[in-house]
Amino acid sequence: MLKSRQELIDIRKEYAKYLTAQQHKILVCAGTGCIASGSLKVYAEFKRLLEQKGLPCLVELKKENEENGISVKKTGCQGLCEMGPLVTIEPEGFLYMKVQVSDCEEIIEKTVLNGEHIARLAFQKGGIVRKKQSDIPYYQKQTRIMLEHCGHIDATSIKEYIAVGGYTAFEKALFEMGPDDIVKTISDSNLRGRGGGGFPTGRKWSQVARQKSPIKYIVCNGDEGDPGAFMDCSVMEGDPHRMLEGMMIAGRACGAHDGYIYVRAEYPMAVERLKNAIAQAEEMGLLGENILGSGFDFHMHINKGAGAFVCGEGSALTASIEGKRGFPRVKPPRTVEHGLFNEPTVLNNVETFANVPLIITNGADWYKTIGPENSPGTKAFALTGNIENTGLIEVPMGTTLEEVIYGVGGGMRGGSEFKAVQIGGPSGGCLTTEHLKIPLDFDSLKKVGAMIGSGGMVVMDSKTCMVEVARFFMSFTQNESCGKCVPCREGTKRMLEVLERIVAGKGQDGDIELLEDLADTISAAALCGLGKTAPSPVMSTIKYFRDEYEAHIYDKRCPAGACPRLKRIHIDPELCRGCSRCAKGCPVGAISGQIKSPFVIDEKKCIKCGACVSTCAFHAIKED
Amino acid sequence: MQTQFDFTVVDRIIDDHGAKQSATIAILQDIQEHYHYLPREIFTHLAKRLGMPSASIYSVATFYENFSLEPKGKYVIKCCDGTACHVRGSMPILNRLREELKLAEGKKTTEDLLFTLDTVHCLGACGLAPVIMINENVYPTMTPDAAAKLISDLREKENENA
Repeated sequence: MLKSRQELIDIRKEYAKYLTAQQHKILVCAGTGCIASGSLKVYAEFKRLLEQKGLPCLVELKKENEENGISVKKTGCQGLCEMGPLVTIEPEGFLYMKVQVSDCEEIIEKTVLNGEHIARLAFQKGGIVRKKQSDIPYYQKQTRIMLEHCGHIDATSIKEYIAVGGYTAFEKALFEMGPDDIVKTISDSNLRGRGGGGFPTGRKWSQVARQKSPIKYIVCNGDEGDPGAFMDCSVMEGDPHRMLEGMMIAGRACGAHDGYIYVRAEYPMAVERLKNAIAQAEEMGLLGENILGSGFDFHMHINKGAGAFVCGEGSALTASIEGKRGFPRVKPPRTVEHGLFNEPTVLNNVETFANVPLIITNGADWYKTIGPENSPGTKAFALTGNIENTGLIEVPMGTTLEEVIYGVGGGMRGGSEFKAVQIGGPSGGCLTTEHLKIPLDFDSLKKVGAMIGSGGMVVMDSKTCMVEVARFFMSFTQNESCGKCVPCREGTKRMLEVLERIVAGKGQDGDIELLEDLADTISAAALCGLGKTAPSPVMSTIKYFRDEYEAHIYDKRCPAGACPRLKRIHIDPELCRGCSRCAKGCPVGAISGQIKSPFVIDEKKCIKCGACVSTCAFHAIKED
Repeated sequence: MQTQFDFTVVDRIIDDHGAKQSATIAILQDIQEHYHYLPREIFTHLAKRLGMPSASIYSVATFYENFSLEPKGKYVIKCCDGTACHVRGSMPILNRLREELKLAEGKKTTEDLLFTLDTVHCLGACGLAPVIMINENVYPTMTPDAAAKLISDLREKENENA
């Protein structure tokens, strides 16, 4: 239990000494992605092998480690999720991919003990072997500052976080800055909320700090519900202390003494790591009463979501923490005045809080040197879809879409043709080839009808049908509509019906106009932000891919060849031997013909189930 | 069906969290974790202990997707249909799973209470799409065949244990 600032400074020096004394480090990625690929088994195998060989295996940071030991650590997300499990070997800095339990022996013998590189496990593209993380274009083109610790330190150890300078910002905020100074620094840095809206964080904090109420709350929104986004998940799992530190600084700035973290139920690993981090911070005396003798009290609580997308909306989230249905409410009064338990509340998302310690330590001027003036800093994106390198990335705001896709992302998967990228999830829109040069920041994207949102980026190629994508998002929002207000509850349902009939080949003249009309009403009249933006994916696909909608409606054709109901299935008379096997397998009796002469499919009866295609031994049945 | 419901577990859970309204969701989550669903008997009991109408507790239990008033299977399969998984073909996997589990339209849980099949929007493992989650384990880069094999492996394991 640390009782003063000096004790924290002393212990930090000590931990830093232990950490630098660690000669060899085996860093095993333990993000959700790599765990799914089996990284925990790899971690266990490394430990087992080291013990078996009688080599000193260090799991925890402590004094004895000063001797020449080999440490094995579970780190946060190292980024290239698809190539997992990822293992980095220090001090060589070699990054190994798709590491299996059977590779561990070789890694210890060759790399850890002899410094040799194993080319077989390295990143390779076009015949070039990239030994280190810093040699790979995917990492070279990123600016990892918010994620700097992810993948480098043990995500389950407060000692390692402190050793690399953790909680110095909190210390500074407690002993060198007054609440007003903190708010001013954050305001000057122009940090904008990373949850999607881009509202200036400093302004939010100053509004709460101004409130007279003796009770105030700091709430962290970790309900990352956008499908295709996992940045916040990676921060909570990979560097939980940094986010806690940001919340504690916010508490100090606004005069709040309780922090609540709301994490969605689908992230069990994040909940576990956060609980562990809070327990460690309490044990050290960084959370609790009279922290480091400063007189400042702060307590942290975790709430687990129960599967409602709408709880990502501020007022719904606070209602859920209160143990009620997650219904949004009419604003004003805003959360800064009447938030959690009706008290003034700072509500920011995970990434925003994770940026705070950096700004406090390095100052607002430093922060503003990164990215454009109106949206400074970096942004983490979850890069997924039909792209070569999928995973977690962090780039300066204002990086162009082209750099992200072709630079960091390594271009389209299998060299397919870029069609669009869906950004901002169910509240966002799509960007197309004409937007490749556009800088990714809050204001530029808003102008073209998309939004950064929380940062999910799903890349789509020419085989993706944009009408189907719009239907997918509408089905998502419809399903997740909380049902409180009519425009969203009924409007999304009607829009979904129209989209469903279009992809089923039953679209009618006037459907596009009907969609536009409904969208207009929903965005004008829905109660909360999620409702208002629910039609965005549809509007943006209509705007940029109207011809695809028209092809579905008027020509009953899907230009991407993706909608099963619009497929044409026909029998090639040249290849058909007239065996009748397909006719027997057809569930609706749409195939007929004479034995030993070519069969035909009745287009009117055919339900495009595709059952016949696989039964044909002569590959005579074709879909197009 | 039990005639006399034993509230020992429920009471212990309430005591862990404290009998207050703000703990409703956490209490329901723990009860569900224990019973794999929310037995109807608990509602009046909770209402008494938390000092709120049972209708309010029902309103919470029916609002959130994770709560189930119907018994769930021993293995809860969550088939991810988030954007990234959808684009990389999650629907064929879901259809194959329905087929393997012989689930009729609208049914989520198998007759033997072994499997429950749900879809979820994003498990946060998009880099490995398409994924499915069985209880707390995430299985990456699924195909319909691989998913079917997971089911048959689990069935085999159950038969061996039986």
